[in-house]
Amino acid sequence: MKKIIRAAALTGAVALALAACGSAPEESDSTAGGGDTGGSDFKACMVSDSGGFEDKSFNQSGAEGLDRAKDELGIKEVKVESTAETDFTPNIDSLVQQDCNLIIGVGFLLEDPIQAAAEANPDIEFALIDSAFSDADFNPVTLDNAKPLLFNTQEAAYLAGYVAAGTSTTGTVATFGGIQLPSVSIFMDGFADGVAKYNEDNGADVKVLGWDKEAQTGSFTGDFENQTNGQNLAKGFIDQGADVIMPVAGPVGLGAAAAAQEAGDVAIVGVDADWFETSPDYSSIILTSVMKEIGQAVFDTVKEASEGNFSSDPYVGTLENEGIGIAPFHDFDEKVPAEVKTAVDELKAQIISGDLVVESPSQN
Amino acid sequence: MSQATPAPEQPPAGSTAPARRDDGLESRAQGALREMLESSWLVTLAALVLALVISGVLIAAADSAVQDAAGYFFARPADFFSAAWDAVWGAYVALFQGAVFDPGAATFARGIRPITETMTWAVPLILAGLGLGIGFRAGMFNIGAQGQIILGAIFAGYIGFAWDLPPVLHLLLAVIGGVIGGGLWAGIAGYLKARTGANEVIVTIMLNNIAIYLVGYLLTTSAFKRGDSNNPVSPPIAENALYPQLLGPQFRLHLGFVVAILAAVFVWWLMNRSTVGFAFRAVGSNPSAARTAGINVNRMYLLVMLVAGGLAGMAGTAQVLGTEKVLTAGIAASFGFDAITVALLGRSKPLGTFFAGLLFGALRAGGFAMQSRTGTPIDIVLVVQSLVVLFIAAPPLVRAVFRLPSPRGPGAQPAELAAPVVKEAAA
Repeated sequence: MKKIIRAAALTGAVALALAACGSAPEESDSTAGGGDTGGSDFKACMVSDSGGFEDKSFNQSGAEGLDRAKDELGIKEVKVESTAETDFTPNIDSLVQQDCNLIIGVGFLLEDPIQAAAEANPDIEFALIDSAFSDADFNPVTLDNAKPLLFNTQEAAYLAGYVAAGTSTTGTVATFGGIQLPSVSIFMDGFADGVAKYNEDNGADVKVLGWDKEAQTGSFTGDFENQTNGQNLAKGFIDQGADVIMPVAGPVGLGAAAAAQEAGDVAIVGVDADWFETSPDYSSIILTSVMKEIGQAVFDTVKEASEGNFSSDPYVGTLENEGIGIAPFHDFDEKVPAEVKTAVDELKAQIISGDLVVESPSQN
Repeated sequence: MSQATPAPEQPPAGSTAPARRDDGLESRAQGALREMLESSWLVTLAALVLALVISGVLIAAADSAVQDAAGYFFARPADFFSAAWDAVWGAYVALFQGAVFDPGAATFARGIRPITETMTWAVPLILAGLGLGIGFRAGMFNIGAQGQIILGAIFAGYIGFAWDLPPVLHLLLAVIGGVIGGGLWAGIAGYLKARTGANEVIVTIMLNNIAIYLVGYLLTTSAFKRGDSNNPVSPPIAENALYPQLLGPQFRLHLGFVVAILAAVFVWWLMNRSTVGFAFRAVGSNPSAARTAGINVNRMYLLVMLVAGGLAGMAGTAQVLGTEKVLTAGIAASFGFDAITVALLGRSKPLGTFFAGLLFGALRAGGFAMQSRTGTPIDIVLVVQSLVVLFIAAPPLVRAVFRLPSPRGPGAQPAELAAPVVKEAAA
């Protein structure tokens, strides 16, 4: 045993020593600060919610948008993570002290802290993902220096629900969430309505497990971390006959994907990003994904602000401006009936033209 | 240091206590707890220094400039050391500037704001830590401060936003509500321990989980929600129910800090001057001896938990009525768990807990500046805290590293520990 440890230690030491044998860079380089020459002085900053920036969900999308802005626009960025709701105010305050020009809060939980900071610091621009602002009596207000970034996610989820119902062979589809939050249930509302629309158009009776839009109650795993819960919940749905499942729970959804893969003929509807691309392990079971282009919205906001064109008008991601959308069917292209595809295209056109309005109580 | 006799106390024969199978285990755990509580200030300080040194290594390792420089260590080693020094020094300077005083601030108020932030963060830690300290000295491993803070915040928050009362009275009632909420929650564990012998560690941990999901559920009900909004955030607390700001609106420091000081004085009086406190300590030192001496041990278990929970509930009121001014699911952050560290670091004494709370408040407050100014991951701050606990929990390790002498001769310890207990209890 001792010999093994010694051998391992020696190997490690040698590896470290070899790794340290690189040649030193030119002297001038080390003082140039990474060499991003011609960069702008604009400083864009971001506060995560308690999920952190590696949540494979909206915090991560937001951070990716900011990173892209840093690379493409040559701006400076500062990102700070929160570990709990109590961290929001101090984090925003420390960014204000850092002379950030634009401070972006990720997630509706930051509504109050961002609003308070925007009112106290009129010279700094703010943006908030997934929530608008309201006054003490809960009436909507607009602030001159704070921009809400909102998404009509229910429109895309509606299309996904229609596709799911049209593709299901068992006549049962399911959805579940991580925690019952507006930014989660908005997906589930649209999904349920999409299924209902399919039933209405085709005289079908496809059931939705896991969400009751009328009562606003449904199945939730309780957090955005524990994949096992997602797997168990999905198994339960599969046992009840569901063959298309939309998990709205960030990484917990991967647990559902694992359960679906194990079951064989069950498909998953991804959320936030195109899971066919982001989760290659499960690409063969991804029917489609309800995409929410948070990164693009962040990038556009930073770009406008860095060019001096900041406006406090809300950004609303819709099917029309492609701030939201559904991903291509990829491997499922042949399994989705042609009439369902045409119907989805028609519905999409109707939503864009305003003839069809998909509503959700969670919409801002 | 060798521990020749593991169990310092033997249950006296013919005790009126119900037979307990886990006596050996329990007394061993209590012995370990006692050693933590009795280690010297020097050991505490040494543990802190060790934690900072090891964290320094981690800060350096996590820094991208250091990583780059390590790649050509043999070509120009000076780069590596200067980068490492810059990273560690920069992080600790930011920590200081975020927690104590910021000389680069635009105004004097901004300059001293960090120390007021430290005090603000310390309030719930001190209050909950005081409660836990009482439990530890009475031999109860109360891990449930998290749940008790949440319950305190739920009660205080509800009274704060739902009721409409005149000033002073409203605040008073909300605080009392919070104390009752926390006390009741802890009382469940105390009652179960007293009546059924249920292990308080397990019960309080489970009650934490229940509390976390309870607040999450309540915030989806119409009684706790804001109007039509589906966001899990309560309406703001009414003006009258808020702790007054101590230094004006540009600081977050509120009256809760004074409450924490008063609570520390109260706990000192309770534990050192009152009969009940004496009984608590007697039970903590040796429950069997205390029982023989005529102390109703089960009643003390319940009472300890009620007081500890009340203090934790008060920590919840500081959060909801002072710092956050609104009830959210994350209102308790991780204060309940950090408070365990605070109580241990403060060796469960009121003054020690007060300063330990300030130290942890400083680590918290400084962590934000550390993260935003130097890009040090927030996790490092958590690692510092965890390392402090680790070293506090292992006094012999710290003594070995710094070659500190053991406070007693190795063999004498068990006898010395047990002796005063019996005397105290018999008095």
